[in-house]
Amino acid sequence: MTSSGGFPWIFVIGGLPLLGIALIYASPAERPEESKRIALGASIASLIATVWMCAAYHSAGARFQFVRSYDWIKAFGAHFAFGVDGIGLALILMTTVLTPVIVLASWHDAEDGKRSPRTFFALLLATEAIVVGVFASIDVFLFYVLFEAMLIPIYFLIGSYGGARRSYAAVKFLLYSLAGGLLMLVAVIGLFVVSKHQLGHGTFDYRVLSTQLHLSHNEQVALFLGFFIAFAIKAPLWPFHTWLPDAAAEAPTGVAVMLVGVLDKVGTFGFLRFCIPLFPGAAKSLAPYILGLCVTGILYGALLAIGQRDMKRLVAYSSVSHFGFIALGVFAFTSQGGSGATLYMVNHAFSTGALFLVVGFLAARRGSRQIEDFGGASSVAPWLGAMFLVAGLSALSLPGLSTFVSEFLVLVGTFTVHRWFAVVAIFGIVLAAVYVLWMVQRTIHGPVKPGLENMRDLNLREAWVIAPVMAVIVALGIYPKPLLDVINPSVHSTFSHVRPSDPTPPVAASLGGRP
Amino acid sequence: MTTLAADFHAPSIAYTALSPILIVTVAAVVGVLVDAFAPRASRWALQVTVSLAGLVGSFVAVCLLAHHRQLTAAGAIAVDGPSLFLQGTIAVLAVASVLLISDRSPEAGGGSVVAEASTTPGSADERAGIAAGRAQTEIFPLLMFAVAGMMLFPAANDLLMLFVALEVLSLPLYLMCGLARRRRLLSQEAAVKYFLLGAFSSAFFLYGLAMLYGYAGTVSLSGIQQAAVVGQHNDTLLVLGIGLLGVGLMFKIGATPFHSWIPDVYQGAPTPVTALMAAATKVAAFGALLRVFYVAFGGLGWDWRPVAWGVAIATMLVGSLFAVTQTDVKRMLAYSSVAHAGFILVGVVALNRAGLSGSLFYLLSYGLTTIGAFGILTLVRDPDGEATHLSRWAGLGRRSPLVGGVFALFLLALAGIPLTSGFTGKFAVFSAAVSGGATPLVVVGAISSAMAAFFYVRVIVLMFFAEPVADGPVVVTPGMATAGALAVAVAVTVVLGVFPQPVLDLSNHAVPFLR
Repeated sequence: MTSSGGFPWIFVIGGLPLLGIALIYASPAERPEESKRIALGASIASLIATVWMCAAYHSAGARFQFVRSYDWIKAFGAHFAFGVDGIGLALILMTTVLTPVIVLASWHDAEDGKRSPRTFFALLLATEAIVVGVFASIDVFLFYVLFEAMLIPIYFLIGSYGGARRSYAAVKFLLYSLAGGLLMLVAVIGLFVVSKHQLGHGTFDYRVLSTQLHLSHNEQVALFLGFFIAFAIKAPLWPFHTWLPDAAAEAPTGVAVMLVGVLDKVGTFGFLRFCIPLFPGAAKSLAPYILGLCVTGILYGALLAIGQRDMKRLVAYSSVSHFGFIALGVFAFTSQGGSGATLYMVNHAFSTGALFLVVGFLAARRGSRQIEDFGGASSVAPWLGAMFLVAGLSALSLPGLSTFVSEFLVLVGTFTVHRWFAVVAIFGIVLAAVYVLWMVQRTIHGPVKPGLENMRDLNLREAWVIAPVMAVIVALGIYPKPLLDVINPSVHSTFSHVRPSDPTPPVAASLGGRP
Repeated sequence: MTTLAADFHAPSIAYTALSPILIVTVAAVVGVLVDAFAPRASRWALQVTVSLAGLVGSFVAVCLLAHHRQLTAAGAIAVDGPSLFLQGTIAVLAVASVLLISDRSPEAGGGSVVAEASTTPGSADERAGIAAGRAQTEIFPLLMFAVAGMMLFPAANDLLMLFVALEVLSLPLYLMCGLARRRRLLSQEAAVKYFLLGAFSSAFFLYGLAMLYGYAGTVSLSGIQQAAVVGQHNDTLLVLGIGLLGVGLMFKIGATPFHSWIPDVYQGAPTPVTALMAAATKVAAFGALLRVFYVAFGGLGWDWRPVAWGVAIATMLVGSLFAVTQTDVKRMLAYSSVAHAGFILVGVVALNRAGLSGSLFYLLSYGLTTIGAFGILTLVRDPDGEATHLSRWAGLGRRSPLVGGVFALFLLALAGIPLTSGFTGKFAVFSAAVSGGATPLVVVGAISSAMAAFFYVRVIVLMFFAEPVADGPVVVTPGMATAGALAVAVAVTVVLGVFPQPVLDLSNHAVPFLR
C-alpha cells in the first residue's frame, strides 16, 4: 500500500546522513580526516533538503504533508509511514541546523586515541537520521522502534568518547531510558489490542488511532501513563531527571548538545503528538498534577543550577528548569501555551546548545569544567567571553533574544487558565538570572586566574560553530513569525481534542508583528 | 491370550508424515555404525557429514510436509502446524550446534569434547590420551538421538508417547553434559546433577500420567480434554495430574521453582552442548507444554492459569534478578534463559491463537540468538579453556571489534531492543497476553525486561568501555563451521527484527493444534 503526498522529503533528509555513514566506512581507514568532511557534507546536504521541504510546506494545507506509508509488519498492523506537521517540521529543521554545528564542534573530540573518529561521526549521523525519523513517523510502532533505537548511538557516543565517569553516565542514561521505553511498550501493546477490538484489525496508523478510537477513561489513564512516563524520562521532567546531569556532563560537548538540545525534545514532542491527542480525557484529568510537576521542576532545576560548581552540570540543571517551562506550556492546553512550548523547544536547543558549546570551548582550554578554575576570561579572550555572555543572556530569556518570546507565550498561555501555576513559575525566571549571571561573573569577569593568562580566543572553526547558533537566537528573538505560522495550525489541531473551544485567540494575531 | 492377539491391530503409521523424525533417527543409527566400523582417521569427518545430512534432510522433509495435517500412529502422534514449525526450528538449531561441535579450530583434537570421557580427570591416562591426540566421536550419534526425541516431543499427542519422547531426548543429553574437555569435574558434576534431577522430574511426570489415566481412562490428549468437558469423574485426580505433569514439563523448560539445575548444568556442559540445550531442548519442551496445556487442558484454563501466572511471574523475576549477580558469562546466559522461559510462558498463559503463534515465533528467534551467543563463548579462550569469567571480557570489544560487536548484537536481541528478533518475539507474546486478559503479567514482563537489560548492557559496557585486561583472553579466529553458524544466527537475528512478516505469517499459519 502506498499513498503519496508530494515529494518524499523525509527519505532524503533521513537518507543523506545514512549515505554519509556508508561513505565514511567506504573512505580509507588510514585517513580519518576524510570522515569529518563527509559527516559535515552529509549534514549540510540534509539541512539543504530540509530548507527545501520547508519551502514546499503549506502551513494552511493538510495536517500531515509529504506522507509516505508502506506496510511493514502486517501481523502487528505496523507501517513504515512518515509525514510531517508544523511541529515536526520545526523540530526537524532544528535538528538539521544543529547537526552540522555539532559535527564542526566535535572536530577534534575523537582524536586522543580513544577510538576511531570514523565511528564517532558515523554514530553522530546515525543519531541525526533516527531523530529525523522519530519526528516524522506517523505510525506509533515505527515511532516506538525509532525512539528506542535512538538510544544506541548516543549510548556509545557517551560511553566511548565521554569524560572520566563516562561509563557510569552512559549506563545510567540507557537504563533510565529503557525502563521508560518498556513501560511505553506495554502502552503501545495496549493500544494495539484496543484498536484490534474496536476496529476489527489492529493498526498503529496514527491518523486512524487519533480519530477513530473511543477509549474508556480508565483505559485512557493507563495508556496515557505508559506513554507519559517514557516521555517524562526522556524530556526530562522532575522527578525523572536524575540521569541528565550525569549524561550531559560526561558527554563530549557536541554530543551534549545533541542529547539535551535535540534528543530530549522527543519527550516533549511525544506529549504533544501522542499523549494529548490519543488520550485527551486522561490528559485533561491528570493535567493539574503534571503542571505541579512542571512548576516543581522549574524551581528545583533552577535552585540546583545555582548550587553547581561544574559548568556543564549547571547547564544541565538549567535545562531541567527549562523543560519544566516547555511541559507547562504543553499541558496548559491553550494555543498560546502550546505554540510557545513548541517554539521553546526550538529556542532551547539553540540557547542551551550555545551555552554547552562555549562551556566546552572553555573546558577544552583549561582542562577543567569547575567554575572556580576560571576567572577573568573576558580580558584574555574577549570574543569567547562575549559569546558566553550572550548565550547566558539567552538562557535567562532576555527580551530581544529568542527564548524571551517563547517563555512569554508559555507564561501568558498558562496564566489565562491556571493563574497560580504561572505565578509560581515566574520565580524560575528570577532564579535563572541568578545562576546565569553568577556563573558569568565568576568565570569571565574579575582578575585573571593563574593558568588562564595565555588562553587563546575563538579560532576560525569555533567562530563558525558559534556564529550560526547566535544568528538563530537573535533572528528568532526579533522575528519569530514565520516559525509560529508553521507551528500554530498543528498546535491548534492537537488541542482540538482537549479543548473544543479555545479561550485564547490564535497567537499569530496577537504576536504577529512583534518587533 | 489368543483372543487378545486377534483383537490387536497394528496401527497404521504414516511414514511420510513422520519422515523428519525418522530421517534423524536413521542418521543417528548410521552414526553408531560409523563409530563402530569406520577407520579412526576418517571418523570425525564422516560423523559430521552424516549428522548434517540427516538434519538437513529432516529440514527438507519438514518443508515438503508444510501443509500436511494428520494424526497418525493411532492418534499418538500429531503432524500439524505447530509440530512441523517446531521440528523445522529444532533441525535448524541442531545444525548450528553440530557446526559448533564440529569446529576443532579453537582446540586441537576433539574440539570442546573430551577425548576419553571415562578417564579420571587429571590422571596419567588422561594426559596420555591427550598427548596421543585421541578423539572420540560418540557425541554425534548421541546428539542425533536427542534431536530425534526433541522432534517427537512437540508432536506427541498422547501422554505415553510424550514420556517416550522425553526420555529419548533426555538420556543422551545427560551423557553429553559430562563430555566437556576442560574443567571435567565441573562437567561430570553437571551430568550427575542433571541426571538425578531429570530422573526425579520424570518420576513426577509419570505419576501425573498415572493420575490422568485414572481420571480419564485414556492417555490421549484429546481424550483427556473430552473427559474434562463431560466432567463426571473425580476432579482431584485431574488437578493432581495436571500439577504433576506440569512439574515434569516445567522442569524441562527451566521455569521457577524448577530452574535450579539450569545454571550448574549450563556452566558445566561443553559450550556447544549448552547451546543445544538452551535452544533446541527448550523449543521442544515448550512445544510439548503448549500442546498439553492447549489441547488436553485447554478447557480448564480457570484451574491452571492462576498457577501458571504465578510461575511465569516468578520465572521472569528470578531469572532477571539472579542474572544480575552472576560473574560468569555462561551462568549469566543460563539465568537469562530462565528469564526467557518466563517471557514465553506469558504467551502460553494467553491461551489463544495469537499466544500460540507468538510463542512459536519467540522460540525460533530466541533459539538462534542463544546459539549465537554461546557460539561466541567458544571463541574467547584462556590457556585453560574458555574465558567465561566476566572480568576477563573487559575491553574485548576494543581488541576484537567484530566478535565484540556480534556478541553485543546477540545481547541486545536477548534484551529485546527494537530492530532485533528479540523485540519482535516479545511484542508477539506480550500483545497476545494483553488480548488474553493478562495485562498485569505483561507489566511484570516489562519490568523484568528492564532488569534483564541491566545485565546484558553491563557486559556490553565491559567489552567496549572498560580498559582491556593486561593478559586478556585470546579471541581465536573461528573456523568455517563456527563462522557459518554465527553468520546464520546474526542474519536471522537482524532479519526477524527488521522484516519479520514472512516468518510471522509462517507461525500464524502453523496454528492451531490438530486435536
